Amino acid sequence: MIGHHTMYKVVVPGDFISDDMDRAGVGTYVDGSKVYAMSYGIVITSDKEEKIKVAALSGKYMPGNGDVVIGKITAISFPYWIADIASPYDARLHSSEFEQIANRRIEFGEMSNYLDLDDLIVAKVLNVDALMRIDLTLREEFRMGTRGRLIEISHTKVPRIIGRNGSMIKMLKEKCNCFIFVAKNGRIWIEGSESGMELATRAVKIIANEAHTSGLTDRIANFLDSFEEKGTEKKGKEKKRKENRKNAIDRLIGIAKNKDEKRKNRTYKRW
Amino acid sequence: MKKEKIELIKDGKRLDGRGFEELREIKIEIDVLKRADGSCYFELGNNKALAAVYGPREIHPRHLQNEKTAVVVYNYNMAPFSATDRKRPGPDRRSVEISKASRCALDPVILKEYYPKTTINVYVELLQSDAGTRTAAINAASIALAAAGIPMRDLVSSIAVGKIDGEVVLDLNAVEDNHGEADMPVAMIARTNTITMLQMDGRFTKDEFEVGMKLAEKACHEIYELQRAALIAKYSESVNANVNVNVNTGRGEE
Repeated sequence: MIGHHTMYKVVVPGDFISDDMDRAGVGTYVDGSKVYAMSYGIVITSDKEEKIKVAALSGKYMPGNGDVVIGKITAISFPYWIADIASPYDARLHSSEFEQIANRRIEFGEMSNYLDLDDLIVAKVLNVDALMRIDLTLREEFRMGTRGRLIEISHTKVPRIIGRNGSMIKMLKEKCNCFIFVAKNGRIWIEGSESGMELATRAVKIIANEAHTSGLTDRIANFLDSFEEKGTEKKGKEKKRKENRKNAIDRLIGIAKNKDEKRKNRTYKRW
Repeated sequence: MKKEKIELIKDGKRLDGRGFEELREIKIEIDVLKRADGSCYFELGNNKALAAVYGPREIHPRHLQNEKTAVVVYNYNMAPFSATDRKRPGPDRRSVEISKASRCALDPVILKEYYPKTTINVYVELLQSDAGTRTAAINAASIALAAAGIPMRDLVSSIAVGKIDGEVVLDLNAVEDNHGEADMPVAMIARTNTITMLQMDGRFTKDEFEVGMKLAEKACHEIYELQRAALIAKYSESVNANVNVNVNTGRGEE
């Protein structure tokens, strides 16, 4: 680590950052050849990188080309689905995007058969134009299931959820035994057992609340471990009661799954 | 209405015991409202202002949108119970004017080009008033805007100067405002000494005006330091040991 040094400091808009205007990075502005902070956030000065940037601590998500986001369909206006992507701007998904998957032409009035209002999509931002029209394209490698949880946090906290080289997200996935997908716009999709999803949700909320602190990965590891221990400590009646409840829930889930299966079959026929 | 004569300065002190160049006590809390994108509670003596910022978000009605920049909408409102006599609720001539002036005070620092076609809503609610409410409101709004993560060039600080019993003094309270000779609210960007709002009620001579501006400038720097300290303290482990700055960490989430 010799020679590499990264510095973090909280700044407010207008704080002086540097005399060298060539080092002005994201979240800064130049005034009279000096660099100042543009937003309330953490200034990151690194020996490795030439630019100094300010990572905002809050604020709305602004879509960028290539971002993978989770969207919610809010309107259908042929030939587009309009999706809310947790940003000040709505995004649109062209019907031809789904035609490739459905392998058939989608006519006027049929769009809601494929994606209806309130349905969730995982999509990639294809293009953002000067008028802030946002085009989406469906991301194929992963489609959302019907059973899972969606949690929403500020997009500024996403890097902490993922962690350095994905360390945090990897740990969450392992310890909660869940499938977790973090989208760039701060929406997180979790799929797994009820208890696993609950644990993951709590952990994510802690991370989001303490995103500005250091040593977070260790604290989350402790949190998840303590939860595991507590679970095994409780024995006897408590355990039995829990088991019974779990069985009951599993039964219910089984019934629901069955229904789901049936519904799916029906849809296939219609296609 | 004929005003009875009140002696506003006794033994070189003002009625509330302050010196001529002394601010009232300031208290700042950040992110007090859970559902707002950024919020701030600001006390200036007996003035209590609560600012909430929402946005950038979609603008309604649509025809107000600007294709190139965000539209800042500032809403100053006094609660009915905020004044000695009940204030008739709802917008009136005075609050519409103050909203307009305050928006213009904040406009120059907000980098509106970053969010075309959207609106940034600033709502400031005055829960208690004691002269200088618009300055307290601007101070609160400026912090709330920063807390909402809106890109800004700087923070805006604001304070009023006035004239009582022939003396130029800083930060008038209600009695001084009612019985004094002049009141001049100033808003400025402390770092560059750029004035973004300047209003005057009553009369100053040119010399008095210049003395007043000096006082306001100095006070705005003081206020700026408090505003900055409050924002920094929210995310610093070691909270600045400034008695006047009370900072609420966390957003009250469950």
